[in-house]
Amino acid sequence: MKPFLAFVKKEIYHILRDRRTLLILFGMPIIQVLIFGYAVTNEFRGASIAVLDQAQDELSTDLQRHLVASGHFAIIEQVDNVSDIESAFQKGKIKMAVVIPPDFSQDFYHRKKAVVQVLSDGSDPNTASTLLNYVTNMVNQFQVRKSQAPPLPLQINIESRLVYNPELKSVYMFVPGVTALILMLVSAMMTALTLAKEKELGTMELLLVSPLHPFLIIVGKVTPYVFLALINAIFILALGVFVFGVPIKGSLLLLLGLCLLFILTALALGILISTKTDTQQAAMLTSLMMLMMPTMLLSGFIFPVESMPRLLQWISTIIPAKYFIILLKDVMLKGSGIELILWEVMVLGIMTLFFLVVSLKNFKIRLA
Amino acid sequence: MKAITIDGISKKYGKTQALDQINLEVEEGALFGLIGPDGAGKTTLFRILTTLLLADTGQASVTGLDVVKDYKEIRKTIGYMPGRFSLYQDLTVEENLNFFATIFGTTIEENYDLVRDIYVQIEPFKNRRAGKLSGGMKQKLALSCALIHKPTVLFLDEPTTGVDVVSRQEFWEMLRKLKEKGITILVSTPYMDEASLCDRIALIQKGQLLSIDSPTNIIQQFSKPLYAVKTNLLHQLLGDLRTFPLTDTVFPFGEYLHLTTKQQLEEDQLTIFLQNKGHQKIQLHPTKATIEDCFMELMTN
Repeated sequence: MKPFLAFVKKEIYHILRDRRTLLILFGMPIIQVLIFGYAVTNEFRGASIAVLDQAQDELSTDLQRHLVASGHFAIIEQVDNVSDIESAFQKGKIKMAVVIPPDFSQDFYHRKKAVVQVLSDGSDPNTASTLLNYVTNMVNQFQVRKSQAPPLPLQINIESRLVYNPELKSVYMFVPGVTALILMLVSAMMTALTLAKEKELGTMELLLVSPLHPFLIIVGKVTPYVFLALINAIFILALGVFVFGVPIKGSLLLLLGLCLLFILTALALGILISTKTDTQQAAMLTSLMMLMMPTMLLSGFIFPVESMPRLLQWISTIIPAKYFIILLKDVMLKGSGIELILWEVMVLGIMTLFFLVVSLKNFKIRLA
Repeated sequence: MKAITIDGISKKYGKTQALDQINLEVEEGALFGLIGPDGAGKTTLFRILTTLLLADTGQASVTGLDVVKDYKEIRKTIGYMPGRFSLYQDLTVEENLNFFATIFGTTIEENYDLVRDIYVQIEPFKNRRAGKLSGGMKQKLALSCALIHKPTVLFLDEPTTGVDVVSRQEFWEMLRKLKEKGITILVSTPYMDEASLCDRIALIQKGQLLSIDSPTNIIQQFSKPLYAVKTNLLHQLLGDLRTFPLTDTVFPFGEYLHLTTKQQLEEDQLTIFLQNKGHQKIQLHPTKATIEDCFMELMTN
């Protein structure tokens, strides 16, 4: 027991005395959460648009006012002809342009059919389609308000409600995703790095020529990272709840248990990587390629798994983060209990065991 | 029982034969030197003996324990100081020593008398990080760490490489004292002048042992006439001496060249030869062989 404690103590010294490690451990989570929380978002406020109002009548002015009143748009330019729109787009001044034709109110009131042209910048497809959605909704509202026609005698109204995330907030999506990413980073990459560092500096040589069991070397090295990762998880969840208002509907204890499980999965992966790499650089690159990229791209964090090509969907089934994100969402947003998530828990558990067994088999009791 | 026995050990890295049929025995309590240039196979042999590498063929044992079968037992009893400084640079002197004591299941206090002579020299810096120590102090710390669990056999792989002359002398003085305490020491070095400080030495070159004996015996076996030569045109001297008909070998040796000849030399004969080549201030005298001369002779044979 004493050698083990000495090992843990030594490892804590390493962590506390290395600025780079500290920065990754404590700076990264804050930065990630803030970036995803504030910067990366699909909601728009005050998108810049230009209007070419060829009608210049009461109705067209009213429409403009309606668009601005929503808060989604800001009209930054009234242009006089179509070529000005083009140049405004090219200068990057506007995201969208609305063209109201000369006979707008004439057409609306008398021919019962008016046209509004909307041009949006297709070079940024996500923004373009979101803005198009907004403007379509608002023109529809405007039309209903302006037409005094009595409602149809028979009608089907759609009343929609988005359960678990009624306001379609993107934070509900990114808090589980960032948690998975950070835990992967702290547990897997840092473990792989710290073990590779011992090899690189030659200290592994001395550890091997000692009575320490290889298993003890590994456990001693990773133990501090389990705690650090757990602290990070709590920290991210707290930021999500208190700063961004993400709910935790299920049991907090279950949630932390799941975090711990995922931390162990990631640690096992980190150990596995370290058995295959001899330098910190190789360990870092392998972690980034094999762990961080799949966690970002294939776990369903950024792109939904359902809309991926078949092949990538298959690959995603072996990405631990995918299961962890499902688990987090189920417990946080739906309030699921353990009985509803047994399958995912089991998959993660089996993965962890598998990685541990493989890496223990691969751990070299000699140098080569 | 021998402290170390090596029986027909060979090791290949790809196509390079790192060790070729090594046979060696080290007596208990001996200070044994493995002398040879870089890349001779010293580190490979050390790693095989410290259970860090597996040999391709052959057997070896340390204090009667087989390096393959009984590797766990060996790891409890030996002390190892690798060629490269391999302590934790971000831990302090004291933390390093404490750590290595603890993982060997002992404490600094328990074996303090063994490391005292060495450790007192670095104790004033015990709160300094190991990475910030000078070369000589790093080496003393590494030796302390390798000694703290009272090993029966101590393996020191090029402990004096990159260390200043004064520290090197001190270091050998420490090894003498450790030997007196009954610890068997196997030490490797590329410095020939350190060979004479060992009880017995083995000369190693390209994975082969050239000679195993005490330093005095090795020197006595040197049979050829040996001269030290120096002139004002030193850089030209080497080439000129090689054209001298009686010359066997010429090697630089400090500020002199060491010349062996095929037969006893009329010294005037060489002096005239050199004067004709334009040399002045010619110094020429017979000299005693050193380990380096023996090594050079063994290498060229």
